[in-house]
Amino acid sequence: MNDTNDASLFSDDAEPDVAVSPEAPAPVLPEALVREFEELATHYPERRAALIPALHRCQEELGGWLTPDMLEACAELFGLEPVEVFGVASFYPMFHLRPVGRHVVGVCHNIACDLRGAEDILARACSVTGCEPGGTSADQRFTVVRLECQGACTAAPMMDVDGIYHENLSEEDVERILGGMA
Amino acid sequence: MSKYETYLLNRSGLADSHTLDVYRENEGYQALEKVLKGGFTPGQVIQLVKDSGLRGRGGAGFPTGLKWSFMPDPEKDKRSRYLAVNADESEPGTCKDRVLMDEDPHGLIEGILIACYAMRVGAAYIYVRGEYRHSYDRVAAAIDEARRAGLVGKDILGSGFDCEIWMHKGAGAYICGEETGLMESLEGKRGHPRPKPPFPAGFGLWGQPTTVNNVETLQNVPYVILRGADWFKSMGTEKSPGNILVGISGHVVRPGVYELPLGLSAKEILDDFAGGIWKGRQLKAWIPGGSSTGFLPASMIGVAMDHDSLKEAGSMLGTAAMMMLDETACTVRSMEVISRFYEHESCGQCSQCREGTEWLHQIFRRLEHGQGRLEDVELLSSLASGMAPGKTICALADAAAIPTHAIVKHFRDEMEAHVTHKGCPLRGGDDSTSARKQVEVNA
Ligand SMILES: Cc1cc2nc3c(=O)[nH]c(=O)nc-3n(C[C@H](O)[C@H](O)[C@H](O)COP(=O)(O)O)c2cc1C
Ligand code: SF4
Ligand code: FES
Repeated sequence: MNDTNDASLFSDDAEPDVAVSPEAPAPVLPEALVREFEELATHYPERRAALIPALHRCQEELGGWLTPDMLEACAELFGLEPVEVFGVASFYPMFHLRPVGRHVVGVCHNIACDLRGAEDILARACSVTGCEPGGTSADQRFTVVRLECQGACTAAPMMDVDGIYHENLSEEDVERILGGMA
Repeated sequence: MSKYETYLLNRSGLADSHTLDVYRENEGYQALEKVLKGGFTPGQVIQLVKDSGLRGRGGAGFPTGLKWSFMPDPEKDKRSRYLAVNADESEPGTCKDRVLMDEDPHGLIEGILIACYAMRVGAAYIYVRGEYRHSYDRVAAAIDEARRAGLVGKDILGSGFDCEIWMHKGAGAYICGEETGLMESLEGKRGHPRPKPPFPAGFGLWGQPTTVNNVETLQNVPYVILRGADWFKSMGTEKSPGNILVGISGHVVRPGVYELPLGLSAKEILDDFAGGIWKGRQLKAWIPGGSSTGFLPASMIGVAMDHDSLKEAGSMLGTAAMMMLDETACTVRSMEVISRFYEHESCGQCSQCREGTEWLHQIFRRLEHGQGRLEDVELLSSLASGMAPGKTICALADAAAIPTHAIVKHFRDEMEAHVTHKGCPLRGGDDSTSARKQVEVNA
């Protein structure tokens, strides 16, 4: 997988200049994803409707966050201005527009979780991973974020680790779940 | 277990309840057959749903059959028409649609197909909040199964009825649960709610006639068709018939999602289903239907959980997501959390909401952390009055204003104690939220 901090994700200048023929730079969106997005677009009367599902797939498949290049490539694919795609991506909290750690840990801090110790869960998640809330650990392993209600209120407190819910948590559970992650 | 008749969650206890086989062995797709092969006209389906008295389970409680009848006559209006299924479930406290999608996804598909037949809709989109990955996968797999069995797509069950169902993933914005925000988001835009009118039935997805329904609403429909309006009305109250999924969270012994007839007293639900308040403590405050419905005092726990009774009590049924606070909890702290949420989720189009939610959060925050003033109580009231009702494009502003009015009405003493005590009396003025002091006070 890509190192998400790779500067080449930011600018064309940093492309490796060896063994790549100038007329064929690696496409930002792999062909398989483009095919997938073309199929997605057929579900709707207007192509643009596939944009948000497509951004999800980019984030899942291409290193955990949306680079400016990916946003541009999606803009071209869906016939939009890059700034429009940026406007959409930046509206939605699930999209990361900056590099994240290899594992993204979200702790719900809304009311049902707060009543059952969410702040203690968050504090433990931060201490185990070496992150500040909203930040990434120095070793790039983890990013820890606060989340609003995740619809797990009857199993509070909860955290989401790389898209998987962990519910009815104790602080020891947090230690056990995050402590073992590479 | 329950002494009340159940239907919505009956299958969910079975092994492999999410599969087509188990669904079919347990009444599955019989309502659809009854409609498509039993000579029901679309108008008759709508009439049956009207007669049942089914009201929307997405929070507003609007009569479902009436909503369906707002769709224009397809003879006169030849435009494409859509059903948008609201599976964005993000009102704090609410986690019931998730249970239905995980455990009974074919029930949702059958409800969608019947709704589409009734409104002569050819395509439905299920807008699932992005975080519900498991639910998304479950429903997507069920659609594939149903499509292979001739239940989704062209000429369903050989009846000539065509209907496509597509999954669509949201990306974490609460405002996309508001029906017009949902439509904008589905079109691939920022989830900015649209001014109404025009209403979705005339100008919805891509400007075409559209109906938006909640997951649980649609899952009631097959039962109404199969068992009839009178059966449906035998449960619940006269004006709020049927069962509803009640989520109960917070300081209770057995938090969970329970299927109960509308109109039970909140006390019965708390004591008999959720096992009462945890740790042998007393109830201090409770929320009847999601964070936007606001706190009620323990003395009002006898109120019935239905639309009209809660309205009379000055609150709302909302999503029937009950939350319980024990005697050690602080209502001001909880409003700090709730107002932070509405500030975070305001889409920013209306100044009353954008600025108002920010102010509410700041003031609750300073009260909780010892910098409050006695005038803050009135300031909160007047801010909330300036935001709602009917002053903004959508009801998110109301969702922040209503619980603000509620705490001022029922817990003014506790707010003022935060000023005189220079901080949270329940935390001994300790400013750290993680080191909450569990002071035992007698309510
Ligand atoms: C701010 C806001 C958020 C909402 N979120 C949801 C939601 O997550 N799910 C839902 O079904 N309805 C939600 N609603 C209600 C919808 O606008 C709409 O009334 C509902 O989906 C209609 O379905 P029903 O008639 O079947 O209840 C929300 C409303 C507002 C104002
Ligand atoms: S009321 Fe708030 S959330 Fe609704 S449209 Fe206005 S600013 Fe956006
Ligand atoms: S409040 Fe945390 S999941 Fe709902």
